[in-house]
Amino acid sequence: MSIVSLETKTFEKFADVPSRNDDVNYLSHDFSITSWLFTLDHKRIGLLYLVTITLMFLLGGALAGAIRLELLTPKGDFLTADTYNKAFTAHGIIMLFFFLIPSIPAVLGNFLVPLMIGAKDVAFPRLNLFSYYLYFAGSVIALSALLLGGVDTGWTFYTPFSSTYSNSYVIVMAVGLFVVGFSSILTGLNFIITIHRMRCPGLTWFRLPLFIWGMYATSVVQLLGTPVIAVTLGLLGVERTLGVGIFDPRLGGDPILFQHLFWFYSHPAVYIMILPSLGVTSEVIATFSRKNVFGYHIIAFSSIAIAVFGFIVWAHHMFTTGMSPYAAMVFSLLTFSVAIPSGIKVFSWLATMYGGSISFDTPMIYAFGFLGLFTIGGLTGLFLSTLGTDIHLHDTYFIVAHFHYIMVGGAVLGYMAGLHYWWPKITGKLYSQFWGKLSAGITFIGFNFTFFPQFILGYLGMPRRYYEYPDEFQVLNVFSSAGATILAVGYLMPLVYMPYSFFFGEKANSNPYGGSTLEWTNTTSPPSPHNFEKTPVVTEEPYHYHAKEAAVVSH
Amino acid sequence: MSAIKETVQDHGQHHHKDLAHHFDTLEQQHDANTLGMWAFLLTEVLFFGGLFAAYTIYRYKYSAMFEEASNHLDITKGAINTVILILSSLTMALAVRCSQTGNSLWTGRWLLLTIAFGLMFLGVKYFEWKHDYHIHLMPGKDWSGKDYWHWQYAKKAKDMETEAHKNGSAEHSLPNRKDVLADNDPSLGVRGIQESQQARLFFLLYFCMTSLHALHMLVGFVLIGIIAYFAYQGAYSPDYYSPVENIGLYWHFVDIVWIFLFPLLYLLGAHMGH
Amino acid sequence: MATAEHSTHQPAPLSLYLATFGMLMFLTLLTIFAGFQNFGMWSTPIALGIATVKAALVVVIFMHGYSSSPLTWIIILASMFFLTIMLGLMLSDYMSRGWAM
Repeated sequence: MSIVSLETKTFEKFADVPSRNDDVNYLSHDFSITSWLFTLDHKRIGLLYLVTITLMFLLGGALAGAIRLELLTPKGDFLTADTYNKAFTAHGIIMLFFFLIPSIPAVLGNFLVPLMIGAKDVAFPRLNLFSYYLYFAGSVIALSALLLGGVDTGWTFYTPFSSTYSNSYVIVMAVGLFVVGFSSILTGLNFIITIHRMRCPGLTWFRLPLFIWGMYATSVVQLLGTPVIAVTLGLLGVERTLGVGIFDPRLGGDPILFQHLFWFYSHPAVYIMILPSLGVTSEVIATFSRKNVFGYHIIAFSSIAIAVFGFIVWAHHMFTTGMSPYAAMVFSLLTFSVAIPSGIKVFSWLATMYGGSISFDTPMIYAFGFLGLFTIGGLTGLFLSTLGTDIHLHDTYFIVAHFHYIMVGGAVLGYMAGLHYWWPKITGKLYSQFWGKLSAGITFIGFNFTFFPQFILGYLGMPRRYYEYPDEFQVLNVFSSAGATILAVGYLMPLVYMPYSFFFGEKANSNPYGGSTLEWTNTTSPPSPHNFEKTPVVTEEPYHYHAKEAAVVSH
Repeated sequence: MSAIKETVQDHGQHHHKDLAHHFDTLEQQHDANTLGMWAFLLTEVLFFGGLFAAYTIYRYKYSAMFEEASNHLDITKGAINTVILILSSLTMALAVRCSQTGNSLWTGRWLLLTIAFGLMFLGVKYFEWKHDYHIHLMPGKDWSGKDYWHWQYAKKAKDMETEAHKNGSAEHSLPNRKDVLADNDPSLGVRGIQESQQARLFFLLYFCMTSLHALHMLVGFVLIGIIAYFAYQGAYSPDYYSPVENIGLYWHFVDIVWIFLFPLLYLLGAHMGH
Repeated sequence: MATAEHSTHQPAPLSLYLATFGMLMFLTLLTIFAGFQNFGMWSTPIALGIATVKAALVVVIFMHGYSSSPLTWIIILASMFFLTIMLGLMLSDYMSRGWAM
């Protein structure tokens, strides 16, 4: 089966519900605006999020474009130093808080969690809608901060610059983040209760799809971590307004205290961004290898381990601040340990694919990209958790490359894999595999051209957050900016072919990829408003593929 | 392709009026609602926890000045408030108990009593803060900038108050601004300036933590009021009393925060002799 | 099965609530008394210990902890655990800053 195959396979044996449901599916039963804006249907709420976060992603991407454009030449060009600071700050804030953190949980999680566990909705549907409007309000406030003049502190808001010296709209932005943080908390809360108490009969914990384990772990992190950044931003606002000195060293305060409080959330936040993608990868690899996931239990436990361990490593962002070297050693050791569960997952996925019947549909292409790029990103994290090398690499482009490999090469590719995998379920339509695979390939190539040179730049000493740099770094920067153009093409293509498929695409049956989990086997494409005609009863493990099974090709 | 009709199986039974559509049983609903509130309280622990963390670090660094600064707080009022809030917890627990037995009238009454005690608490706090405002210990615009003199002023005010007590008179006047050095006056020396800064940090944390607590109480009043209204309407029964139970959980949490705040803020310097 | 555990209970006797209230009052007085003593480095642990007992009474009795599901207790313990992590690891930085290398 060649990679550029255009066939859509029909997996008859897994489709035991009628395939289509044009009259009364969740999209078509009511077209009015109010039915969308006041919906309590988790599936529609997922789509509301999809639209909004796509817009925020485009804005964050445009800002990235401005940054890479500026960095084509060693000197300042069209951005002043201040504006450049505002650009990378806005890029970071928007991409992290308004795109990555919500992305899979709010879009795919909202849509799929009830479907995958055989429930009619999440535990608290009104809270779910409220979460969306909090996200929307937070976005409006954050955009207002940008329109008023922006923030120039970096997304990390380090004190005392942000608390005392910056003349930008820190407080407005902090309010926006505070609000969107609560959206995150409430979404996580909803999922935890849903997964605990609304599983259908027979669905024990170890029969849950691994995407659910991933969403559960993510939700735990959201619940525990986000309140801390909320109160930290509150303290920052108090400091800016009253100037008492809680973070001001001239007045007896400790700026490192801010960093401790900030990173206590912001490190687990990166696990909020990656855990869902890890869950998606398990699903995609199982389906497109037609094989049970190897090491189901250990992958499930590793998700929980990542969530818990993620809370005890935060100070590895602070090794160069003057913190205690003894505490730094402890945090360094703990940081090494948090890499282990991630490594276990990667090996398990490889073992899953081994001996499986692999089909190279678009979601699987993205999943392959994920495997390689996430691994590189994770391994480069080990250089950074080593105290000695971190002294050299901290605040250089090495860090920028490291986290973009994980967040873009990892989390975003996972999100794209998930979108492409579940698109037929969400919309009832099939997108063009040709365009899907092409954009996956372009994204992969563009990504590596953009970010691999940055590892080298960082190693050679180019600092991050500078709008000009020594001449000797220009060649690599030009490479990187050229790659960014390619990456942009890769991102823009789905914006064309996916909506196109929504309106004009070939209709999908209930299970075009032969998935074995409840959302594929027991619902129509698109699902009906109440998800299931009869509450499913689960009697076996989630991935019931067998070694001898081959893909059933329809023609 | 035919339209799928909903089977009777899942939608044919008669639903209890309080059972939401996405739940199967009242018990499942009650359980989910209660767990939801507990999960929310978990986030609140971490939310207050950030302030407790800041407090912990600065108390560790500046323990001597934190103790001295704490002695400027009124232990009596703090103790009275602790008693009031625990009383309000009792009335809240009784309200929940009444809702479990279907006693709507007394559910509403105990809930309103809870609000009453909560208002008393805030009343006492008002007098505390009014006093702090007069001796210039309250954070405000004049806390920032070069000209700050709050700690020196507060110390002098306390000395005058102690004098007045020794002489047996209840009344005492406030010091004159001119008689007091600025907090960063060089004649205080490095030590003296540092002490002022550290004391100010104590008061900032005191106001932040008690304000956040008070804010939670205000939100609590609104929620309790709404639930009391519905209780009087007979909305709750032994089958469905989740809202009362959950607002009870929230209120008890607010009580627990104060149970920790009281010794940490008011009593840390008490051993020094008041 | 994923159904909820039985959570609607018979209400506890009134006397239990009143007794708990009485205990909380006693412990409050104890807190104040202990605050005025000079226990040196033990003052803070003692104060926090008494506060923890009070909080435990509120959780177990007033908040119906005694009849709550294991998941509720996991949530309660998780909050304490992660709060301890945050405070403990932060303090470990500040407390060890002065140590010689």
